[in-house]
Amino acid sequence: MSKDAETQVSKSRFHGLWALTHRELKKWYQQPFILIMGVIQPILWLALLGKAMNLSAMIPSGIPGVSSDAIMMQTFGTTDYFSFMAMGMVAFTTVFTTAFTGMSVVWDKRLGFMNKVLSTPVSRSAIILAKVLSASVRAIFQAGIVAAIAFALGLVTGSNFAWWSIFGVFAIVFLISVGLSSLFTALTLRSTRMEMPQAIFQLITLPLMFASSAYFPINKMPDWLQAIASVNPISYTIDAVRRLMIFSDGFGPLPLDFAFVGAFAVIVTIICVVLSWRYLNK
Amino acid sequence: MSKNDDVIVVEGLTKVFNHSLTAVDHISFSVKQGEIFGFLGPNGAGKTTTINMLITIMKPTEGKAEILGGDIAKQSMDVRSAIGVVPQEYTADEDLTGYENILLCADLYGIPRSVSKKRAMDLLKLVELTAFKDKRVQTYSGGMRRRLELACGLINRPKVLFLDEPTLGLDVQTRTATWNYVKMLKKEFGMTLFLTTHYLEEADALCDRIAIIDHGKIVVIGSPTELKDSLGGDIITLSIQKEQEDITNLISKVEHVKEVKKENGSYIVKSSNGELTAPLIIEAIRRNGHVVTKLSLTKPTLNEVYMQYTGRSMRDAEESPGTVMAQRMAMRRAHA
Repeated sequence: MSKDAETQVSKSRFHGLWALTHRELKKWYQQPFILIMGVIQPILWLALLGKAMNLSAMIPSGIPGVSSDAIMMQTFGTTDYFSFMAMGMVAFTTVFTTAFTGMSVVWDKRLGFMNKVLSTPVSRSAIILAKVLSASVRAIFQAGIVAAIAFALGLVTGSNFAWWSIFGVFAIVFLISVGLSSLFTALTLRSTRMEMPQAIFQLITLPLMFASSAYFPINKMPDWLQAIASVNPISYTIDAVRRLMIFSDGFGPLPLDFAFVGAFAVIVTIICVVLSWRYLNK
Repeated sequence: MSKNDDVIVVEGLTKVFNHSLTAVDHISFSVKQGEIFGFLGPNGAGKTTTINMLITIMKPTEGKAEILGGDIAKQSMDVRSAIGVVPQEYTADEDLTGYENILLCADLYGIPRSVSKKRAMDLLKLVELTAFKDKRVQTYSGGMRRRLELACGLINRPKVLFLDEPTLGLDVQTRTATWNYVKMLKKEFGMTLFLTTHYLEEADALCDRIAIIDHGKIVVIGSPTELKDSLGGDIITLSIQKEQEDITNLISKVEHVKEVKKENGSYIVKSSNGELTAPLIIEAIRRNGHVVTKLSLTKPTLNEVYMQYTGRSMRDAEESPGTVMAQRMAMRRAHA
């Protein structure tokens, strides 16, 4: 078999990156059921929670000097709570999607696939980055679906909105997904048990969700919660998405949002890759 | 460090888990070009740990090893490119088809699709999976999966192929087929093969040389024949009609005879070549007017070799479930 072994093989450090990313994505798009489930879940969230919590209807009308629109605008930055929450969901859907990377790392270990990959000339970083990239592609798709559903259910865009806002949303969603999937991967790198990523997911998701502006504006939270929310990268992602889509008071802190989420993504990914050199062994 | 024809050179390789459990204990050996080299030992002897270190997915605690001149710790990428691995467990992605799995393996080695597509088809044909190539691996039987693993391990046309318990849990038919593949690889492609096994008959049937490993240490290395000969050769047991007469001297003069004992009226003869010696003995006895009434020829097996060097039989050495479990737990804690 070594007779014509002189075939050109790629010596690139990342030659396995595309192969492994493609493997993950193929398993995803070849399963229409999972795709459909991934679409139904945000519909339920948006339709049930977003439409049920019609906050502006709670503010009594007819009281002189009280305008429900003004109160909504002041509190949420938009007159429509559904739009406020929907954009929170666009950002937050990345958490659900990327959490599966941790699961899939453990899964690959348990099924032995990881052992095979480790014995091939693919760098550890390529193995990790394939997980991160495929999760990020899925997250962008999911976020796109949520946004599309939000539009269909009557999203009220703000004056900041322009056609390129969509690309801004995808960009910030990509950054946060890279950061989160690296985080979930790093936390499960040494684990060989399925319980581990599940426990981590449950432990992390709740504070990430409620200590963020997904459902409620940060500046109306108690101080201690504000402190947590102000370092939560999800809050910055959500702020960026809302600023691009539904706010009307200018872009203001948008560069800060991108800088914070970008820094989070870069730092966590570097940490994850460094850990993989050390711990991604048999 | 290595002679030119030594493909694998191992010196003092050691793996200690958790600072306490020594799974592999300062082993040294070398494997020649084109050789089938087997690690024989019971479960828990350190075979898989050794293979994991050699294929660079586990870091040794001490010692070093070179494969095709590349250091397993410092040039692990070069080593990985040049070797093929058929692991003990099934590693294929169950959600993909057999064909897709082989192509994925090829991609991991950086083999361009223009080459790998043809190669994958050839390998599928070799392991007789062409008809199932577009079926998901989920639907494969154990034997088919094993063959797919073999095909994946061969995709980069490795110069050295590592097989960890290649026939573990396979039925007799599939096992024989696997042996034939392995022999074919050596014969057709001059491949060097390193395999681990705890089946004595597998080591005997396949390997050019065997290292018997026990408690992480190599106790003896040699060809199956050498090892068996080291026990003193084949044993011929015979009786003659006139039991009262002693013909010990007569027998000991026959060619290849190393030792003769008389026990309970029958003669126990050790010979370096039983098949040649037996007729010669019969001939000599007849020429001296005696009649042979019974004769049997026993060849020593690797089990006897194993007993000779470790003091217990292979089956006894399979550690009690409790010990194995404790060991597994310790190993898991070490890297969990």
